[in-house]
Amino acid sequence: MSYEFLQHYWCFVVALLGAILVFLLFVQGANSVAGSLGYTEQGRRLIYNSTGRKWEFTFTTLVTFGGAFFASYPLFYSTSFGGAYWLWMLILFTFVLQAVSYEFQNKLGNFLGPKTFQFFLTLNGILGPLLLGGAVATFFEGSNFIVEKGNLIGLPSLTGGVGGGSLVISHWANASHGLDALLNPWVLVLGFAVVFLARTLGILYIMNNVDDEDIRSRGSVRLIGAAVPFVILFVAYLVHLLLKDGYAYDPATGVIFMEPYKYLHNLLDMWYLLVILLIGVLLVLYGIYSGIRGKSVNCKSSNCQIRAIWPAGIGTVLTVLALLLCSAWNNTAYYPSTADLQSSLTMQNSCSSEFTLRTMFYVSLLVPFVLAYIIYAWRAIDRKKLTREELESSSHTY
Amino acid sequence: MNLLTLDLSAIDWARAQFALTAIYHWLFVPLTLGLGLIMSIMETKYYRTGDAFWRKTTQFWQRLFGINFAMGIATGIILEFEFGTNWSNYSWFVGDIFGAPLAIEGIVAFFMESTFVAVMYFGWEKVSRSFHLASTWLTWLGATISAWWILVANSWMQYPVGCEFNPDTMRNEMTSFADVALSPFAIDKFCHTAISSWIVGAVFVVAVSGWYLLKRREAEREMALKSIRIAAIVGLIASVLAGATGHKSAQTVAAVQPMKLAAMEALYDGGTAQGLKIVEGIEVPYALSFMATNDFNGFVPGINDILKGYTRADGTVEPSAQEKMERGRAALASLAAYRKAKAEGADDTTVNCQLSIINSNMPYFGYGFIKDEAELVPPVAVNFWAFRVMVGFGGLFILFFAVILFFDWRKKRPTPNPSREGGELLPITGEVGRGAFPAWLLWLSIALVPCAYICSESGWLVAEFGRQPWTIQDMLPVGASVSDIGSSAVATTFWLFLALFTTMLAVEINIMLKQIKRGTE
Repeated sequence: MSYEFLQHYWCFVVALLGAILVFLLFVQGANSVAGSLGYTEQGRRLIYNSTGRKWEFTFTTLVTFGGAFFASYPLFYSTSFGGAYWLWMLILFTFVLQAVSYEFQNKLGNFLGPKTFQFFLTLNGILGPLLLGGAVATFFEGSNFIVEKGNLIGLPSLTGGVGGGSLVISHWANASHGLDALLNPWVLVLGFAVVFLARTLGILYIMNNVDDEDIRSRGSVRLIGAAVPFVILFVAYLVHLLLKDGYAYDPATGVIFMEPYKYLHNLLDMWYLLVILLIGVLLVLYGIYSGIRGKSVNCKSSNCQIRAIWPAGIGTVLTVLALLLCSAWNNTAYYPSTADLQSSLTMQNSCSSEFTLRTMFYVSLLVPFVLAYIIYAWRAIDRKKLTREELESSSHTY
Repeated sequence: MNLLTLDLSAIDWARAQFALTAIYHWLFVPLTLGLGLIMSIMETKYYRTGDAFWRKTTQFWQRLFGINFAMGIATGIILEFEFGTNWSNYSWFVGDIFGAPLAIEGIVAFFMESTFVAVMYFGWEKVSRSFHLASTWLTWLGATISAWWILVANSWMQYPVGCEFNPDTMRNEMTSFADVALSPFAIDKFCHTAISSWIVGAVFVVAVSGWYLLKRREAEREMALKSIRIAAIVGLIASVLAGATGHKSAQTVAAVQPMKLAAMEALYDGGTAQGLKIVEGIEVPYALSFMATNDFNGFVPGINDILKGYTRADGTVEPSAQEKMERGRAALASLAAYRKAKAEGADDTTVNCQLSIINSNMPYFGYGFIKDEAELVPPVAVNFWAFRVMVGFGGLFILFFAVILFFDWRKKRPTPNPSREGGELLPITGEVGRGAFPAWLLWLSIALVPCAYICSESGWLVAEFGRQPWTIQDMLPVGASVSDIGSSAVATTFWLFLALFTTMLAVEINIMLKQIKRGTE
């Protein structure tokens, strides 16, 4: 295994985790529409109890995504988290609120009342996908930072002073510390596309996981309201991406430069990513179609509607995976700097050492085993769909 | 630093925020580890006997486990990301080593926890008894493995091994994963921390059960008596083992962080045959030397010895703080010269000369950032008292669990009953509904719950305050680790998280109390 292979491999692993995370945002999406989809108090409880059995996967994937990024690309971790402080803090804040909301909302002794925690779930359901989508958009749109590794041995340290900012390697070049990203309309376009994608997936998941005709029939209607804006926003961003200039990297000199149609070139150069992207998009569209229509060309029962989450979910993973790899592979700067082009982060200048990447490669061989027991346990729990009767008789409900 | 006007620098706010998050997180983790073990044992009894009583008992404790678990997750996510948000220099400087344990924790431990905790809660009617039992144990195992990896990471900060500095990339890089993952410091720390967490779980179970007995709650009486027995056995074993692992940890600290040990003892001028202070003015002769070196006449350096330099027992000379600072500055200056020479394409002789100076001074690299040797002394009062609180309560718990088990054993022991003609032998049972436990002991068990938490948090105070000013021992001080964030931004998030965590803690405690009051119904 060469160093170059390991850099590409870990980029793939991080991108895959990111893609799975976006799929798992169905938890947030379903919570954001729980009020209208559930309609009654009992209907809302069904939705919260359904997503409540999955929320820890989303949470864990987010944490593992962060951990894998830290281990494989520590300069990104250092620069993005330390620089775009407010953006990441807001994301974390909403996920902290979510973590306690399930367990606390309907417990005796919750003096804040269930509505408070349901509001937290809704807040996380909207802000979580919006800000995470915005963070992903910065991989293409760029961020306002400067990296100078020599700062660590700057003048203040040599004269004996323990300085503040002057010793810091990564600086944000403006005072908004990440919130500036939200002023870029294209960041918002992708952010809201992820919000509506999460809602789409959330509705499809609830239609699959909750055995309730009222919710399912409402779901197919609500699906239109989520899927239409998603498709419009996603297509708009995709067109923008294919037409925009991208941040290219010369592996011989290490120089980063702007290249017209860089991301379009990337998809044409890496045809297999283009194929994955197209398959992913078609699967998402097929899932949405099945969810709305209930029946499809090859399906004679409403089972297709119930199973629509699977093509849509797999399609989401493939689409996001292809886009994230498009941002980093083929000599591309995956975390571009709009303040100083040469500070942009590439796989080569921001990754861990060959030894660490190789060690972590062996650890990553455990992932199929982890996936296998997750699938096994998930199937065991979901074999029987959630019903109102189960909610009444279960020893543990939210 | 003016605490009254809160005129703190970004570094102080970053430290305060990390301390706040870690302290809150550590309120919930020990109960997860301790209660998780006890409820797994209870479910094992259900699996082996098929007795519905044990299922009901397990489900009761699992409800309390779930309330606590949610808060542990909520506070935990912040910690991982704070390494990047608040300590960006640190994240680059050692991310090559430090990131790996965090990633492994996610892949190996978090997924195990999050997968099987769902089966544990919702699988009672959906999976087989054996699968459910395995899920309960795996939830606990996942939490324990998570503790292992985060403690590996923490231990590496206290005792950096298995790495070398790369002047070209300006960071430390891993050279041996085994040295990092199986560092003796990490093993000692994990054993001591995980086992001491079982004590918190055991005290909690005894206290809740004791409350039912005090309130003469007939519906919970059998559960309380049997829970007390299991928890007290776990608690006694854990207390004794915590003492043993604590002793081992102290020896490791003495070897690799002598300043921390000196601060723990408020020992300014060390020497051989040192006594261990109970409080200022009262000491156990020779005990500190034995604790630190396993030798009653062993040499223990004090704070002044470490600052002035001293000779170790093996004859090696430990340089003075001033010399270390000079050598650290030499390393930094040579590093600057090395980078300049490389950038200008200087000849190999020039480059290698600077490299040689860097390597010879690298053990003191972090001292180059230190302005005054006084910065090298951690807060002595906090370390001194936190250590005494930890050890004091630790010793008390051994006695407490032994007394609980004594009364539990006496309850079953046949004894003459004077009220019956002929002195017929009857077991002493259930007088006034408390089993054989006297009321004072049950009240004491409730009073010991906050003490268990204070004891556990004190351990962390010793570990973290004792290593100041270092983020990474001798390698990187906190001042050179921090992000370029304005103090107002970090202060804002500090107050936000303080308000959020405190509110959630209040809700959690209230829910927990109501759930306990509600009992097994």
